[in-house]
This record gives sequence, structure tokens and C-alpha cells, in this order.
Amino acid sequence: MKNRLKVLRAERDWSQQDLADRLQVSRQSVNAIETGKYDPSLPLAFKIAELFALAIEEIFASPTKD
Amino acid sequence: MPRYRSPAMRRYVIRLAVLMTAYVVLLFGSIRLFQQSHPTGVAAYALAVAPALPIIGVFWTVMRLLVEEQDEFVRMLLVRQSLIATGFCLTIVTVWEFLQNFELVPPGNGGFGAAFFWFMGLGVGALYNKLTVGSSGGC
Repeated sequence: MKNRLKVLRAERDWSQQDLADRLQVSRQSVNAIETGKYDPSLPLAFKIAELFALAIEEIFASPTKD
Repeated sequence: MPRYRSPAMRRYVIRLAVLMTAYVVLLFGSIRLFQQSHPTGVAAYALAVAPALPIIGVFWTVMRLLVEEQDEFVRMLLVRQSLIATGFCLTIVTVWEFLQNFELVPPGNGGFGAAFFWFMGLGVGALYNKLTVGSSGGC
């Protein structure tokens, strides 16, 4: 699933490990989500959205829309 | 780059080390006792089964890792790895059994049982994860 995670992370000057620590997940998870190889569960998507103070759809592009 | 080590993964590694040590001790102990004492009856069965117990323990510890791992992406990799290992093992054993049924290969397995192929399958699963998702998991 396409997402803006890398951009949002870069805006805050966070490394993948920084973001992983904040989300309490592995760096591998952050990398897999950023590259669209893994779609996070709804609880993790909410956690990501809350961390960036954004709505889920402002971070993740709906797979049913272009 | 440091490899991801969650508390669940650390427990898995410790359990695996203990069980593998027990396996080596029980395997060589059983072989030695069979050669020296030639046990019979219940004792022989107990001694023959003893090395299998730590192997069963390894299956348990892999399943515990699937339950205890908190990182959902790593857990997904581990589940894929275990399913591939199971499919790999069942495929090899099934083909081998049919070859034996038609007497194209000798009876027995030369010491390479289902567990051996399942553990080999874990390696295949890790490789598959690495090639498709870019991360091997860790089992």
C-alpha cells in the first residue's frame, strides 16, 4: 500500500530506527511498510496516525483509489 | 546493521540452545546405552524415544515464538517461514514414501527424518522471505 511514511519521517529528521522505537516495532517493520511490502494492521495504522497527529487516510493511500 | 532481537526472540534462542544441548546429550547417551547394555522392553522404548523429546520441544519453542512475538511484521514472516517448512517437509516425505512404496529407493531414511526436512524447510522459508519481502525473519 502506498504511503507517505518516508516523507513524514524525513520531515522530522527521524531514522527508520527512531520511528521503529517510537512505534515499538522492529526497524524491519518500518522499512517493509515504507516500501509498501507490508500493510500494517489497523491497530498499527492507528498508532502511526496518532504519532504523526494525522488521519490514517492522510498517511496511507486507499488501494481502491488510483 | 544489528539484527532485530525482541524479548520473544531472545527467549526462543535460549530455549533452542537448551533443547539442542539436551538433544546431543540424550542422543549420544541413548546410543551408548544401547551399545553397552542392550536394553529390552519398556526401557528400550523409553531410551529410543528420549532423543525425540527435545526435538518435539523445538517444535513447541517455534510455536511459542509465533505466540509471543509482539512485532506483527516479524510474526508474519515467521508464520510464512513455518508454513513453507511444513510444506517442504511434507513434500519430501510424501515423495520419498511413494518411491519406497514402489521399491525404487531402499527402506529407511538413513537418519534423515521428517524433523530434519522441516528444519531444512525453515531455511528455505527464510530464503523465500528474504527474496520476496527483503527480510528473513529470524527463526
